[in-house]
Amino acid sequence: MNSPDTHLPDNNLPDTGLVAVVKRDCQTCEMTEPVLAALARTGSLTVFTQDDPAFPESVPHEYDSTLDISHRLKIEVVPTLLRRESGREVARTFGWNKSEWRELTGLSTLGEDLPDLRPGCGSKNIEPGIIEDLLVRHGETGLQSRRVELGAQEDEIEALFDRGWSDGLPLVPPTEARVLRMLDGTTRDPKEVIGKIPSDLAECTIEKIAINAVMAGCKPEYLPVVIAAVEAVLEEPFAMHGVLATTMFVGPVVIVNGPVRRSIGMNAAGNALGQGFRANNTIGRALQLVIRNVGGGRPQEVDRATLGNPGKLTYCIAEDEEGSCWESLAAERGIAEGKSAVTVFAGFGLQGVVDQKSRDPESLAQTFAECLKALQHPKLYLGADALVVICPEHERTFREAGWSKARLYDELYARTQRSAEEVLPGAGGIAEGTSAFASGTMARKFRDGGLMIVRAGGGAGMFSGIIGGWSASGEKGSSPVTKEITF
Amino acid sequence: MTVILDPTGERSVAARPRLARPESLDGLRIGLLDIAKTKGDIFLDRLEHRLTERGLQVKRYAKPTNTRPAPTSLNQQIATEVDVVIEALSD
Repeated sequence: MNSPDTHLPDNNLPDTGLVAVVKRDCQTCEMTEPVLAALARTGSLTVFTQDDPAFPESVPHEYDSTLDISHRLKIEVVPTLLRRESGREVARTFGWNKSEWRELTGLSTLGEDLPDLRPGCGSKNIEPGIIEDLLVRHGETGLQSRRVELGAQEDEIEALFDRGWSDGLPLVPPTEARVLRMLDGTTRDPKEVIGKIPSDLAECTIEKIAINAVMAGCKPEYLPVVIAAVEAVLEEPFAMHGVLATTMFVGPVVIVNGPVRRSIGMNAAGNALGQGFRANNTIGRALQLVIRNVGGGRPQEVDRATLGNPGKLTYCIAEDEEGSCWESLAAERGIAEGKSAVTVFAGFGLQGVVDQKSRDPESLAQTFAECLKALQHPKLYLGADALVVICPEHERTFREAGWSKARLYDELYARTQRSAEEVLPGAGGIAEGTSAFASGTMARKFRDGGLMIVRAGGGAGMFSGIIGGWSASGEKGSSPVTKEITF
Repeated sequence: MTVILDPTGERSVAARPRLARPESLDGLRIGLLDIAKTKGDIFLDRLEHRLTERGLQVKRYAKPTNTRPAPTSLNQQIATEVDVVIEALSD
């Protein structure tokens, strides 16, 4: 009666009679074998086994090798015993419950030697990795997106390049099963529309984000971070359309704060802005793929960047909160302790800040200020916003001197000022410059709120960094946006 | 055969046909849109001068900022008030 590797059609179910579903890897199922044997002798029992085609040895059974029968019967626990009449299920019990089994079978002495109760085990058809394939095979995923059938001779990876969906690197093919597993990472409804993505202003659902997150290489637990990043760039102050369309270098830089950094394994230590860490690298990439694919924002099209920057592939940073003596960026921006958040910033590249000699905070702050003054151009005042990434060995100097983060901000706003005359067009033999500041006054490099400070990086090396912003920073263009992550 | 899900905003149309260009500007109402890029106004001033010299009817419009798309109300106003529009795109 065993038929391993054979797909069981649904009509293998008896119209009328008892059906039991069991598996070898379940002690309760093994315990009930004598009971099943007794029921089989009554002639009205059909047994399906999920894992071992030989089990149960003493009872005739069918092997549900594809688990299609278990799935169709919506089995969640084994053993399950159910009664069918005229093609319909009329009663069900699961695990071993002596009184329920007796009631369902009408046999008042069934299982005399067994205990009254013994809980069952998880059914194999609902195991992660299996349930998704069953939902796909049975057309029950509920996913809305258009299905794209790749040709039998088509290489999957090449096919994704050919359709214009890639950022230039290989993508993971977004099969239905992978997208379903990705959606397990959030409790949000896949159909929920979170906004319209520039430049096409196409509606973006949680499902579309999940598809692009699969392609980017994300794990399901990263999905809430990706969703929050997409929500953040869609907030009006971020001006995502302009960030995309500008000829300047910028793209969204994602800064992650809170417990989620550790739970999903983000890197905030050595090589904090570099390669090699899946969460950091794929979260930033997923955001860019959403912009590209859902929004239609592609380079040399609506993305008019002259040079762009390598961070437009992916730019996602975790702050080293545990190592920092200061409040986190998210805390500064109103996120409660213990919550996770993303902050998006229209930024580009990295300008290194090298200072291996300063041991007092005044000297080191002046180093940061001199480097910040050069951002974009030493005479562009008011300039773009900037994100300052302070390495541990630099942070230590401020920490040991008792400088608060607020103190450092104040010092940097003050120390980056230059006289209005110095930044005039033509001054210093350079035509570029600004005449926006009255003669005799000090020109400001940064608007209020235009500087952000985070700590990240490895323990050795007095090498911090400046991530420059867009010339159109602030109300005239893009402001950083912080968004709490919902799970 | 592999089946994958479309990652794009598939409901948006792939391409929209443009309106045919007019043969001539004679008799048409012309809009001049300043998108708020530096010096766009200088270019449009000159254009307005040249067009009005030819006896054409010109209306001026301006976006509040170049960093965001034009407000819908401005697009609607332009669409209802003029037949063609010329934008000054660059610095």
